[in-house]
Amino acid sequence: MTELIELTLAESLSALRSGEISSRELTQACLERIQSLEPQLHAFLYLAPDRALSRAEMADRQWANWRRDPSKSQPALLGVPVVIKDVLCVEGMPCTCGSRILEGFVPPYNATAVERLFNAGAVVLGKTNTDEFAMGSSTENSAFGVTHNPWDLERVPGGSSGGSAAAVAARLAPIGLGTDTGGSVRHPAAFTGVTAIKPSYGRVSRYGLVAFGSSLDVVGAFGRTVEDTASVFCVMAGHDPKDSTSMEYPAPEISFSDLAELPLNNMRIGVPAEYFISGMQVEVETAVRAAVQALEDLGALICPVSLPHTQYALPVYYLIAPAEASANLARYDGVRYGVRAAADTMWDVFRQTRGQNFGPEVKRRIMLGTYALSAGYYDAYYGQAQKVRTLIRRDFEKAFSEVDLIAAPVTPSTAFRIGEHADDPLAMYLEDIFTLPANLAGIPALAFPVGFDRKGLPIGMQLMAPHFQEERLFKAGHAYQQSTDWHHARPRL
Amino acid sequence: MSLTLDQVDHIANLAKLTLTEEEKLLYLEQLSAILDYVASLQTLDTSEIPPTSSVLPPHSFLRADEPQLGLSIEDLLRGAPQTEEGQFRIPAVFE
Repeated sequence: MTELIELTLAESLSALRSGEISSRELTQACLERIQSLEPQLHAFLYLAPDRALSRAEMADRQWANWRRDPSKSQPALLGVPVVIKDVLCVEGMPCTCGSRILEGFVPPYNATAVERLFNAGAVVLGKTNTDEFAMGSSTENSAFGVTHNPWDLERVPGGSSGGSAAAVAARLAPIGLGTDTGGSVRHPAAFTGVTAIKPSYGRVSRYGLVAFGSSLDVVGAFGRTVEDTASVFCVMAGHDPKDSTSMEYPAPEISFSDLAELPLNNMRIGVPAEYFISGMQVEVETAVRAAVQALEDLGALICPVSLPHTQYALPVYYLIAPAEASANLARYDGVRYGVRAAADTMWDVFRQTRGQNFGPEVKRRIMLGTYALSAGYYDAYYGQAQKVRTLIRRDFEKAFSEVDLIAAPVTPSTAFRIGEHADDPLAMYLEDIFTLPANLAGIPALAFPVGFDRKGLPIGMQLMAPHFQEERLFKAGHAYQQSTDWHHARPRL
Repeated sequence: MSLTLDQVDHIANLAKLTLTEEEKLLYLEQLSAILDYVASLQTLDTSEIPPTSSVLPPHSFLRADEPQLGLSIEDLLRGAPQTEEGQFRIPAVFE
């Protein structure tokens, strides 16, 4: 039998079902691995070993009952360990968002995405590290220290959901939750060699997700395979009365068995020239083009498409996201939660609490967003960005009238060294150049590993689909993983 | 485009952020560089283009306005830095 920590979600479930392993054993194996590797990785901001073990024992009792009477089906994640990015509320576990300003805050309720995982029987191990309020592409902006990339501890895991990505890559847990406002699940997935789904805007409830850019934020999932990632997505998807932006698109029925000989026959996949730019790492382009060839070998029809406004996605994003963030983060005023600076007047309490406890990147974005929304500048900045956003959406609408999916790299290069972009915010922002457009258009995207560079660092590819067509992504991604081995590679730790 | 220190002060005041002198100089430089970068948007003619206010299809999920139990006051106050008599305690706002 495979080592417990090496089991995928699908394999864990089948072993739990048969009684070959218990959830307690599986959970214990994850906790032991966390204990031995956490000093090197720092993937977590909070661990809940006792709570996890008691839930695992509950799951074991449920599985035992089921084996006596298998007439009723069991929930989809019963007894499977999961990690949660620390921007999603889990009742009774501190939620810091990687920020000092929320230190001591313990949410009294579960985010809906988390609640659905609990209802599906998942065992939450703890909360994972993130750039402060999910603003960043490396986890270096966490107020509580950087997470290290399991493939090279001197390098960042990507971000902002770097803690969950590193945990899944390092086999600390089979699955994890992240969030994606401008690439924050896909970017770290590419840097750590795991699979991640960024769902359509409106497909998964954001109730209990600490808001960053409300027209962009989505809750996503990590796994080591497309199949596992799809299972977590299916548990979370669907309308939630507590989030009026969550749409009535229930989870799709997806079959991962019995692939046809040419599983992608008749699927048209577009390759946009705008995503292969000068200056990108040659090995990334080579690996992504090889993966596109592999999709063609599986029956897909590959054709060029054009997304002519791609170059404007970065400036549009860095006006819209900070503008929305400046409004969303106004709530951190030292009154209702977190820390409060000692000052005599209310205004000084606000100013000093925020000035002393937000980190540099968060303050930079609040300043930028406040400026973009301020009197006299609104039309030129925020207003113009919203109009160009329409042009970016139209690019995708036109492309998807010709193709079913779009294939592109996730990042221009592989994982960079810790501190490499520390003094240059624009260089860090350029990390997200290929991931931002899907957020601006609200469309779903799936990132998965397609190779390694000479240094042994993972390379990721993303597939993008029309709004609410996640099923197509999973079908193509699964077919790719059935014919390749990149997703099985394991970092030496 | 280049911001001025006065503008940085004005933005910090709008955003309710106390900044150190070093932070002001740093943000002056960095925000000016970012604004230069995003200026490329000004080259596009968008006079005929409507702004995107939502990427979702038109929908409405207004539920019936029926009272239901929510979180308790005790739960909601638990995370606050200062409370008194079931309320958030803050410094006086009026003289």
